Amino acid sequence: MSTLRILTSDGLPAFLSFLSQKHHRVLVPVVKSANKRSVIFEPWRAGMPVVLEKATVPPKEAVLPQCETLLTYKKSKNQEDLGDITVSLDDTPEALSTVIFACRPCDARGFRVLDRPFLNGLFADPYYKARRESLTVFTITCSSGCNTCFCHWVGGGPSSPEGSDVLMTKIEEALMLQAISPAGETLLKDCDLPDGKDVFPRAEAVRKAAWASLAPAPDLKQVPQKIAALFGNDDFWQRQTSACLACGACTYFCPACYCFNITDEGDGFGVHGGRRLRSWDNCMSSLFTHEASGHNPRMRKMPRMRNRISHKFSTYPENWGTFSCSGCGRCISNCPVSLDIRAIVLTALNNAG
Amino acid sequence: MPVLNSKELRLVGFLCNWCSYGGADTAGVARAGQPTDLRIIRVPCSGRVNPLFVVKALLEGADGVLVSGCHPRDCHYAAGNFYARRRLEVLKRFLPVLGIDNARFEYAWVSASEGQRWQHVVTSFTKRIHAMGPAPHFNDAKPLLRVADMALTALRPLGTAQNAAVNELKQAIKDKLPELNCVIGWQQGYDGAHATPLFMKTPEDVDKLSWGPFNVMNPAVYLPLFKGKKTGVVVKGCDSRSVVELLQENLIKREDVLIFALPCEGTLDIARVNEKLGRYTRINAVAYDEAGVTITADGKEHRFCMNDFAQGKCYGCATPMAVLADTRLGEPHKVNPGSSVPPELAMLDDMALSERMAFWRGQMERCLRCYACRNACPMCVCRDYCVSDSRDPHWMSQDADIKQKLFFQTIHALHLSGRCTGCGECQRACPVGIPILALRQQIARAVAQLFDDYKAGLDPAALPPLLGYEAHEKNIHERDWK
Repeated sequence: MSTLRILTSDGLPAFLSFLSQKHHRVLVPVVKSANKRSVIFEPWRAGMPVVLEKATVPPKEAVLPQCETLLTYKKSKNQEDLGDITVSLDDTPEALSTVIFACRPCDARGFRVLDRPFLNGLFADPYYKARRESLTVFTITCSSGCNTCFCHWVGGGPSSPEGSDVLMTKIEEALMLQAISPAGETLLKDCDLPDGKDVFPRAEAVRKAAWASLAPAPDLKQVPQKIAALFGNDDFWQRQTSACLACGACTYFCPACYCFNITDEGDGFGVHGGRRLRSWDNCMSSLFTHEASGHNPRMRKMPRMRNRISHKFSTYPENWGTFSCSGCGRCISNCPVSLDIRAIVLTALNNAG
Repeated sequence: MPVLNSKELRLVGFLCNWCSYGGADTAGVARAGQPTDLRIIRVPCSGRVNPLFVVKALLEGADGVLVSGCHPRDCHYAAGNFYARRRLEVLKRFLPVLGIDNARFEYAWVSASEGQRWQHVVTSFTKRIHAMGPAPHFNDAKPLLRVADMALTALRPLGTAQNAAVNELKQAIKDKLPELNCVIGWQQGYDGAHATPLFMKTPEDVDKLSWGPFNVMNPAVYLPLFKGKKTGVVVKGCDSRSVVELLQENLIKREDVLIFALPCEGTLDIARVNEKLGRYTRINAVAYDEAGVTITADGKEHRFCMNDFAQGKCYGCATPMAVLADTRLGEPHKVNPGSSVPPELAMLDDMALSERMAFWRGQMERCLRCYACRNACPMCVCRDYCVSDSRDPHWMSQDADIKQKLFFQTIHALHLSGRCTGCGECQRACPVGIPILALRQQIARAVAQLFDDYKAGLDPAALPPLLGYEAHEKNIHERDWK
């Protein structure tokens, strides 16, 4: 039996402070009031009001920042021979030991999607690896589904432990904490929270009720082959993508999208030298497949969107055996024109061709 | 130069090669003493000075920026400074909305022979900036989050279009369908509280057409994609202004578009609707009446009265009916004359400069540079060739810092000078709710002040003011140096 603890809501600041003593930063969901209220993850500071809601922006930043410096370079000229230039590089990965507090199961599963290509591929990405290894994930299980989410379609669920170190379940005003991984075990053993064995059955009941609130999921087993078979069907993709604006909102708010761009800033001379940046990119952007020759194999949004759907539901499953979608539904809720990826996948599934 | 004994500040000057640069040379040859703060960048013509050069310099830490060119009617290229004059004047009225004091930016006219005048211009400008001190920086501002007050009175009654002639509209579309590539409209989205664009190709598609307060998207955004193909579009009043603006700029052809219109009674602010609905699993019912919508989600009823939940732009809307249409059905409500400052802009108007800087600092922190604002904008037609992600020219870094993000928003806003019809799609599309429409609204206000109350997208034959000039501008003065 894994370690169980109980955390009352008034004990939350003390617990967060405990976590922040053990780790460099603790990311917590906070509300940003604006004309559209959004919830985002920010480093916790004492006195900060924390909301245990599903965030508008997933905490993907913790392992794959929107923009990071891969390396800094500096060029210096030999004053005796000006053609002789020395380049010095610094490519040490920068990783802060981080705790994500209160992300959702879909967000945690997103980290697993990222792990496969970044850690288990031909090459492990040192920057990603350094951050991933110093990451601890506290996930709060969902008490119900929502209008846009579909985690249970793609193998997850409102209490899926995949990618989490500790699972938390809300029971009235308290949280039941359950260790999932060895890292989670250590943390929960070290903290001074009371034992949660007694409330475990109640937490399980909450989790069961959440599962029961979900609409039945379709069987998506055939989807990878169906989508692959539709690749050349321009009419199908044209119909599915006509409303798309080709912005990048769906990918930037996706916990499982990981495409990036690399750009250099500065020629390297001068006091500050230059930087090589890695920043998020997305398959909806025209520059995404723009080749050095000037040719772009995906000039229009139709093939770009086809790429997005195919990658998530066909090529990634082909390579790694599972969808690269955690069903969080942010691509649907954040889409300016309310495009529904679920509908596209179902249409593909039910397409006779 | 003895006039300025304090520490040097960072001043950037953009000087026209033919006049002002020569004027600075003349001043130097004449040994006219000058302050040494100004870093001069020589440009072929003041018309070459994109207002974004100025904004970039100010955002990157310049304490002041001076642009100087040939006197009007004396341009080496005949008209470069006439264009510059309009752009720079709009810029001057735009900077304060970002929280930048527009006294930090100035433009002047100095000819090659006017060494003394140059000495005067540069000395006075430098003195002014020194009096103001170093410019405050966005990175140093403490984030300020504030929400616009949306409780407004509309210029016309808002409603849910219960009596709209939707069936007649559907019939009219069906009649025209055979000669069209498709007709763009709206249909119900993934649930009854969301709409999504509809591309009608068959009569069965037309039956899916919906009309009502959820039709928030602006279908004009798709029209340039269909250039050369005869396409129909169903529009609300505000959407029709975008269609007109596209026609004005020759981005679509009149003979290629067929415009269908019903009077609009207002659209819902989906962000506020979603906030009130909260997390729900499914919608059980959506019931309409004259004044609003009642949505039942997970068995719980939520009431949305149009007067309280309309989009900010709808309250001040004076064009409920399309300004240009081939098929018009129904009679729009009368608009009560009156001016109305949009809520987002009113909020910024009430702030001090430092608060505005703090406001944008707080807002831009959560921007993800997803470009939903850009791609939802019907007037953002460069899209795939946008300077914000172009490598050639490398105008912007991919850095995720607030200055880059705000700079992008400024690019978007300034590129819309005299073109933005205020449809608000940029702001509606923003997944994290940054009130970027306010930047466009300020530009539109500046354009209206300068060009006889010009409003974009009302007249297909009009030339957008920033694409033209007058030798003698009515509301822009020669800016004789004081």
